Amino acid sequence: MAKKRLIKQQLVVLKTFVFIACLMPFMFIIWETVFNQLGADPIQTLHFRTGDWALRFLFITLSMTLLQRFFHSPIPMRFRRMLGLFAFFYASLHVLVWLVLDQSLSMENMIKDVPQSPYIMVGLLAYFMLIPLAVTSTSGMMRLLGHSWFTLHKMIYPVALLGVLHFFWLTKLDYSEPFIYLAILLVLLAFRVALTRRGSSVKQRV
Amino acid sequence: MLIKSASLIKENEVTPKKDYDKSRSIISASRRQFLAQGSALVLATSFSPNTLWAGNKIEHYKKSNSPIKNELTPYELVTSYNNFYEFGTGKGDPAAHAHRLKTRPWSVTVDGEVGKPGVYDLEDILKRQQLEERIYRLRCVEAWSMVVPWIGFSLAELIKQMEPTSKANYVEFTTLYDPEQMPGQKRRTLKWPYVEGLRMDEAMHPLTLMATGLYGEEMPNQNGAPLRLIVPWKYGFKSIKSIVKIRLVEHQPTTSWNESARHEYGFYANVNPHVSHPRWSQSRERVIGAPLFTPKRKTEMFNGYGEQVASLYKGMNLKRFF
Repeated sequence: MAKKRLIKQQLVVLKTFVFIACLMPFMFIIWETVFNQLGADPIQTLHFRTGDWALRFLFITLSMTLLQRFFHSPIPMRFRRMLGLFAFFYASLHVLVWLVLDQSLSMENMIKDVPQSPYIMVGLLAYFMLIPLAVTSTSGMMRLLGHSWFTLHKMIYPVALLGVLHFFWLTKLDYSEPFIYLAILLVLLAFRVALTRRGSSVKQRV
Repeated sequence: MLIKSASLIKENEVTPKKDYDKSRSIISASRRQFLAQGSALVLATSFSPNTLWAGNKIEHYKKSNSPIKNELTPYELVTSYNNFYEFGTGKGDPAAHAHRLKTRPWSVTVDGEVGKPGVYDLEDILKRQQLEERIYRLRCVEAWSMVVPWIGFSLAELIKQMEPTSKANYVEFTTLYDPEQMPGQKRRTLKWPYVEGLRMDEAMHPLTLMATGLYGEEMPNQNGAPLRLIVPWKYGFKSIKSIVKIRLVEHQPTTSWNESARHEYGFYANVNPHVSHPRWSQSRERVIGAPLFTPKRKTEMFNGYGEQVASLYKGMNLKRFF
């Protein structure tokens, strides 16, 4: 067990490394934008890039708990907060692209578009549900909220489901990509349920 | 989702050497096509390998003086950003795969309620048409638009030459079905072959174009070579590509997108900012090629062709007949 623990310095190095890795997609998007590499429909490309990464980071965050249980190691949990915040970061970029480039920050446009587009409503709902999770991600908030923090943060599951639904709802005809996301999410959820059951039965025996 | 860069298009531009090689392999492809159609048509003996390849200039056509001449979408984007599911559902798929399509010789079957049914060689059809440039805005149902200088001829002329009977109320068009040439047809995304249709008065409207080229040259394969429809006041999916069959029929034909999602893609599919798609707004459109921070363009009724076509739909509930 001792070997699996990291000394503080190692953790700092590793965290820095992960942080930079998580920023790479953002750097790539910036590069594409600055050097005009977004293709014929740049607004759409930016929507897809940022949306894809928001979903991916949600999934990566979800898988941390699984990795912890699976390897009986506390290390993955050290990265969960950072990864979750990156999911929020890419989701925020996604919403920002929509607000600024798609809607031109116009209330009039939004009032017209949002009610006509169920996928936007679902996407916004998922984003609004993510905000309290980001706000309460600090250690202070964790302490303050106690056990209800864990209940609150279970919201990441419906957020991920709504994110995938959002993807399905905006897709025209070829659902292969959202299906891949759905499949991954279902596998993650299945593992999670299985582990929780095993965990609780162990507890009962003890 | 990946959008192919301009460099890829350059590779697709056919060199004379490639032309020659292609022309040799075309004989067998065409034979297959004719057999599939059960036609006794003799191979076009007049076929010559140095004429009419995509990338070849079209010599004689009347230039357009359209008011939207200064809004043209760059050639590179028009030929690299395409919806042509026969080659894949990604926007770059058609440009990447359409080189497999053999567009010469090409025959068009004409049947149904016509006085002159038959299988016609495209060259013979084109010989009788007056080619002209038409600069039209193309509005996709996905809420983007581009402006394209097409070259083609009036569908009305072709239909007149077919000698429609009194029962000809609709026109039904069919795209080539050949999964070897069109690999996207190996997946059942839509029911193949692609079918589209127009009401007779829409088909006879002077704006309705049968296009054989764009930007002064033969139609690139990814844009629907060698013969495609352009109905500028309707969403792009109505403008069927790579047409092999034109039928005049009595009843409204079953069309591909309408069949795939009846409540989302109507038979009429007129561009209408006031009737939203069930899942997204149609009030504005992204202009392909516009700088990133350009606000989206307000979509116009009938895509801006209302003055010419609104009378076709007088008294019709456009929310119901979307």
